[in-house]
Amino acid sequence: MQFIFFLEQVLNGLMIGGYYLLIALGLSLIFSLGGIVNLAHGAFYALGAYGAVVLTQYVGFGGALVLSPVLVGLLGIAFERFLLRRFYQSDPILGLLLTFGLAMIAEQIIRMIWGSSPLAYSIPSALKGQIVLGDFIYSRYRLVMLLVVIGAMICLWFLLNKTAFGRVVRAGTQRPDMVAVLGIRLNHYMTGAVVLGVSLAALAGVLLAPLAGVHPAMGAEIMTAAFVVVVIGGMGSFWGVVLAAVLVGVVRGITTFFYPPASEASMYVLMILVLLLRPRGLLGERIERFE
Amino acid sequence: MNEASKSRRQLLQAGSAAGAMALLGLPAIVKAQSDKIRIGHLTPLTGFLGPLGEYGTMGIKLAVDEVNKAGGITGRQVELISEDSVNPATAASKAQRMFERDGVMCLLGEINSASGLAISQVALRNKKIFINTGGNSDELRGKSCNKFMFHVECANSMYVNTLGRALLQQGMVKGKSWYFLTADYAFGHDLTRVASRFLAAQGGKIVGEDKVPTDATDYSAYMLKIRQAKPDIVISNLAGTQITSFMKQYSEYGLPFPIAGFGFDTALAWGAGADNFLGTWPVPWHHDVDSPTSKAFVAEFVKRHGKPPENQAWGDYTVMKIMAQAMNELKSTDSMKVIENFEKGAQFDIMKGRPGYFRSWDHQLMQQMYTLTPKKKGAARDKWDFLQLGATVPNANESLEIIAPTREENPCNIT
Repeated sequence: MQFIFFLEQVLNGLMIGGYYLLIALGLSLIFSLGGIVNLAHGAFYALGAYGAVVLTQYVGFGGALVLSPVLVGLLGIAFERFLLRRFYQSDPILGLLLTFGLAMIAEQIIRMIWGSSPLAYSIPSALKGQIVLGDFIYSRYRLVMLLVVIGAMICLWFLLNKTAFGRVVRAGTQRPDMVAVLGIRLNHYMTGAVVLGVSLAALAGVLLAPLAGVHPAMGAEIMTAAFVVVVIGGMGSFWGVVLAAVLVGVVRGITTFFYPPASEASMYVLMILVLLLRPRGLLGERIERFE
Repeated sequence: MNEASKSRRQLLQAGSAAGAMALLGLPAIVKAQSDKIRIGHLTPLTGFLGPLGEYGTMGIKLAVDEVNKAGGITGRQVELISEDSVNPATAASKAQRMFERDGVMCLLGEINSASGLAISQVALRNKKIFINTGGNSDELRGKSCNKFMFHVECANSMYVNTLGRALLQQGMVKGKSWYFLTADYAFGHDLTRVASRFLAAQGGKIVGEDKVPTDATDYSAYMLKIRQAKPDIVISNLAGTQITSFMKQYSEYGLPFPIAGFGFDTALAWGAGADNFLGTWPVPWHHDVDSPTSKAFVAEFVKRHGKPPENQAWGDYTVMKIMAQAMNELKSTDSMKVIENFEKGAQFDIMKGRPGYFRSWDHQLMQQMYTLTPKKKGAARDKWDFLQLGATVPNANESLEIIAPTREENPCNIT
């Protein structure tokens, strides 16, 4: 009996990993290509969730699921063109300060527009309910959410591995100078990568809005977990991030089962262990620029 | 006239204007400042208690405006200095700065019990009053009590006894099994301790308790554990935005067990939405409370902010009104005189049926409380109106003290 419940928590952990994944993939993409640690990533996640609350009144949940990430993506274009672009060549600490400041400004802007109180938002009625299989219980909404996450993951993998866009992005990650010599301007690709990254964060925001409180600090809450996933997975590695997200989810699930007070701390312990054994992360690539 | 002389004339004009300012304007400003009574207000505006602090700030600002309109305190206007208390360490240093640099008469506010403790120690050192409007922990009124700290917010024991009475009526206590979810910090630990004592005394048992980190957003793992434990009732001793996420996900998993919570704030239920609100919850005040002053407060608040006040807005509004009334009646802002007045049992209109008073030996405001349950579907007038206000506890014939901790339960002894 005990084993069944343990297994249930492991499977649940896999699902929790799903929503770290969306945020961490975007974070990893922006870092790999631009060398910028985007501390403002959580703000785009929060904007995605607030976008969902506002848009659902007009276009429904399905519409908001598409529209909110698109709008946040447009914001991402401005973010890249006018701010990030100035910092690719400079000291990494400057990019860090820039995005840290932006994260605080964004949180305060949200607070000024919508107030500090969480905004009411529920699972759309069509997706409510549970699926019970013997000892196992699944929320229907979470299963749908998992499908969306897997869908987004497959699309991103195709984009990065099977298209011309992806080849340039991957080449740019390793050898930006060589790409430039070949006559390709990386700037446009960088815009694309940032738009993709922040849209994924916004998508995660929309998906989580019905489950967690929609409040100004929600971005800050999820950011540390996303960073831990990227660090564990290893910079520049797609599958590393996927693996790490799942691992963090499972470790948290198991810790919650045995000793809940340590559930937030468990992922940091995992990170320390991974960094001791594999300093570049689980599947991290050797990126010369960052060595 | 050449450019040089023109600019010289401008310079002379500017200079004489500045001189006039120095002669006339500045002393006037200094005089105005010394004429004002400064009151300090600290409350968390960011973090998981931020939503409540925002309501508290709206409440106290409204109260200050009303006090000033009515002639201020002892004929002087009140100037409110209100800041984000952030965390216990920051709260303590801001409190010290407010006393030292701003010369505030007293400090009001706070929600986090740990920050409240830090502020109370600073106030004690400065021999100035601190009135806590949002920290619930019994320990703050117990082991950590002091001569200069008062509490408008109800103690955890009062929340437990109020909801406990409702649960006893529902037959949810004697011989029943409870599953606790506890916020993993001072407030939650204290609440679970008090609630466990109540449960043991009434013949119920605990089948599980999970301490939940304050920044947890996912409760699915807890839902699975609760489902496995099959309790008779699930008890939330969570705090802040935790409650919102818990309500949403409990309704998502559709577990069959009834829920109740010993800690609650209306804004968190509003944040979860009508679809997700379940169970029975205690509150110190709700905007449907039927009293003339309460109605006037709600009307004024709605006019300003376009939404009804939350119970934290009540706390910070009420504390300002209490302070103004006490100082005006005494015609003095002296801390010792105000304390003496409070300890003598001065009565205050706290916008409920019966007036409230501070209990002399632990400085807790004695007052009525209420319970909230979901309204019937379709009965809501607006998006804030899905909570049904229950009867007052204690009822009209009972002493206000019956829900408060007894001398045996509370080690504090100020007088």
